[in-house]
Amino acid sequence: MGTIGPSTAQVVRQSGAVPGAEFLLEVENVRKAFPGVLALDNVSFRLKRGHVHALMGENGAGKSTLMKIVAGIYEPDSGSFRLKGQEIHLTSPLDALQYGIAMIHQELNLMNFMTVAENIWIRREPLNGFGLVRHKEMRRRTSELFDRLDISIDPEAEVRDLSVANRQMVEIAKAVSYDSDVLIMDEPTSALTEREVTHLFQIIRTLKAEGKGIIYITHKMNELFEIADEVSVFRDGKFVGEHPAADVTRDEIIKMMVGREITQMFPKLTAPIGEVALSVRNLTLEGRFRDISFDLRKGEILGLAGLVGSGRSNVAETLFGVTPATSGTIAIEGKEIAIRNPGVAMDAGMAFLTEDRKESGCFLLLSVVDNMQIALLRHSHVRAGFVAEKAVEALCREQTASLRVRTPDLDEPVLNLSGGNQQKVLVARWLMTHPRILILDEPTRGIDVGAKAEIHRLISELAVKGVAVLMISSEMPEVLGMSDRVLVMHEGRMTGIVDRKDATQVKIMELASQ
Amino acid sequence: MAIQHASNAAAQSEAPSAARRRLPPEINILGVMIGMMLLFEVLGWIFVGQSFIANPLRLKIMILQEAVIGIIAIGVTQTIIMGGIDLSSGSLVGMTAMVAASFAQTAGFSHAIYPGLTGLNPFFPVAAGLICGLFAGLINGSLIAYTKIPPFIATLGMMVSARGVADWYTDGEPIGNLEDSFAVIGSGWWPVVIFLVVAAIFHIALRYTRYGKFTYAIGANPLAARVSGINVERHIVLVYMLAAGLSGLAGIVQTARAISGQAGVGVGFELDAIAAAVIGGTSLAGGVGRMTGTVIGTVILGVLTSGFTFLNVGAHYQEIMKGAVIIAAVITDQYRQRKRRKA
Repeated sequence: MGTIGPSTAQVVRQSGAVPGAEFLLEVENVRKAFPGVLALDNVSFRLKRGHVHALMGENGAGKSTLMKIVAGIYEPDSGSFRLKGQEIHLTSPLDALQYGIAMIHQELNLMNFMTVAENIWIRREPLNGFGLVRHKEMRRRTSELFDRLDISIDPEAEVRDLSVANRQMVEIAKAVSYDSDVLIMDEPTSALTEREVTHLFQIIRTLKAEGKGIIYITHKMNELFEIADEVSVFRDGKFVGEHPAADVTRDEIIKMMVGREITQMFPKLTAPIGEVALSVRNLTLEGRFRDISFDLRKGEILGLAGLVGSGRSNVAETLFGVTPATSGTIAIEGKEIAIRNPGVAMDAGMAFLTEDRKESGCFLLLSVVDNMQIALLRHSHVRAGFVAEKAVEALCREQTASLRVRTPDLDEPVLNLSGGNQQKVLVARWLMTHPRILILDEPTRGIDVGAKAEIHRLISELAVKGVAVLMISSEMPEVLGMSDRVLVMHEGRMTGIVDRKDATQVKIMELASQ
Repeated sequence: MAIQHASNAAAQSEAPSAARRRLPPEINILGVMIGMMLLFEVLGWIFVGQSFIANPLRLKIMILQEAVIGIIAIGVTQTIIMGGIDLSSGSLVGMTAMVAASFAQTAGFSHAIYPGLTGLNPFFPVAAGLICGLFAGLINGSLIAYTKIPPFIATLGMMVSARGVADWYTDGEPIGNLEDSFAVIGSGWWPVVIFLVVAAIFHIALRYTRYGKFTYAIGANPLAARVSGINVERHIVLVYMLAAGLSGLAGIVQTARAISGQAGVGVGFELDAIAAAVIGGTSLAGGVGRMTGTVIGTVILGVLTSGFTFLNVGAHYQEIMKGAVIIAAVITDQYRQRKRRKA
């Protein structure tokens, strides 16, 4: 591939298997401190050739920091780093790439207005004698790469036109295109549907067979057992333990992660089901979904399942007035209303926790208070235009305590909070409005096990208090564990509503992919 | 992403920096402002043998000449906090100056623009100027909110057109013979008083009212603001109307001060106003900024101009230095932000 890297990089890469180097990558006693916090405390980690090594731990446990050290983004304060038995020292992500270590980030780093091929070969474009890019050659190489990985995406498509799942595939292909020996995947499935996950796992198996080592960060237990060979668990910046994936149980891992036992992951409480709170008939948004009809009752949790792209989130957005319906009716507590914008929905007692925290949820630069109060201010705590700051702050304090939001103080920009805590801030935003109908789109995406269980408990408690809950989730255990009924969608249509007692993973998958 | 992760880790034990953060961020630029004044003081004694600060007349001139920019900057700051920009403010000063002046001419002046409307109570020219500004803001805001064209383009268009209106109004002829009762607005300390009162009003509005919370929210994340039930379009129109209304007020003050309406007045003011906001810590990315910072930023611009004049530095050199100071302010600010997020 003609790397122009430092000479040691080439030596290490060409050396293949250094005799006695059982491990592709060995990190020993790594320490990394940020001002005020010790992110990694003498952590060690080893990756075998042809193995998938999963990293688990709650948010803030140190696994992402460790991976950023491996990928050359951070430099460790101390510790040793060996690649194929040779001591190396990384100074930048580019450096890491040249050594054959590629990271696929949780947030995608593609350039939207460039084509797939341009994105993959950026900085390494095949050039002709005049120094101009040979597009045909680039396309050919891309197709070759895609064939090898069994990806079917047009190399000439612009990235902005791709689905999140396809962008993820492009990211992976790009990482593979560097002929990397070590691939780091940071929660690669958080935006993928079951089918796409299966595809991803196929790709991972292909890479394994080629002798690559894969480091796989995940929060999802079932993925771990399906794909990983080893698992290392981290907690509070410390290495807790390493086990072959075949030798541990789910409960053991959870115990290692949280340092306490969680006997019940989804404490669903039985809530008295009341009268109809939300009644939807033939709801249609042209080009997205059509003829959605259901009743949601007080105290009920209605799961909304389906593959990504089936229109689940569009239904939620339409119900809340973000994208008003083109036809169909919505009635709240028996009264039909036209929900033209989110304000109307809020006035009718609805709340909507959106799917994408960063894009449509958080005001990252603003403080915890500013983030929490914004929805509340529509209806209350404002007199003659002035915000009743003391009262609002007291409310925020209450929410912070009851949801156990970890933040130094209420003036902290939410940018500095972990994902789970950001999510709790958003939950607090809507709880403060005392909604009667709560729409949740992927309420626990990308947050750690502890926070997840807390959010599940909270949802369940709200239902007991008579709140009607519509919950979209891609995680089957969450849907099955939390819902009283599950509405399944496929390509913009309803394919069925399943009762809790009949709901199984198989049944729902059948409806979602018929 | 690297930055974000670092701060994730940091968030859990940031007790030491919490105390530091309680200091208002303006402390830094206030320090810069005082430092600059002291520097001019020292240079003054070295090169011209007199004091820069102990000269009330110079300070007064300095503050007066910046008051008009300051009034504009208050509006511009709000559009920037909301994630927008207002390039039309300077031209709107020119346009409203002409309109206001045309209703402020002395009784019985034979060459009046509106011979039937001379010797009016100053309320009328002021109202005419403000309405004129608000109307321009309505156009700015509506274009941005409902046609979704970028604020830069919308207000650039207004900048060109409003200057055209100012020139067309009298074919470029200045409007003189203004009523004394109108001219009072621009006399003595009035421009400064108006500037500071308006700044105080909007400082309170931004900090303590729903209007302010919504402005920051839209600047920080317009989509999240919409999902939170904020009528984003209506708020955008409101903020641009207020900004243009403030340009109108600046035009009135400027006209009253010069006792003459001139179509060419306010050229380049929009850039000074943006500079004042940015020097004061307002982020062009939106969601961040404070009125106190803008006031100090305005004064810094004044100190620069008057200091260089005091040292007999030529006008061209002054411009060069001013540009450098603006860039330096932004670089320091970004550096500080990066450090804050990493820390």
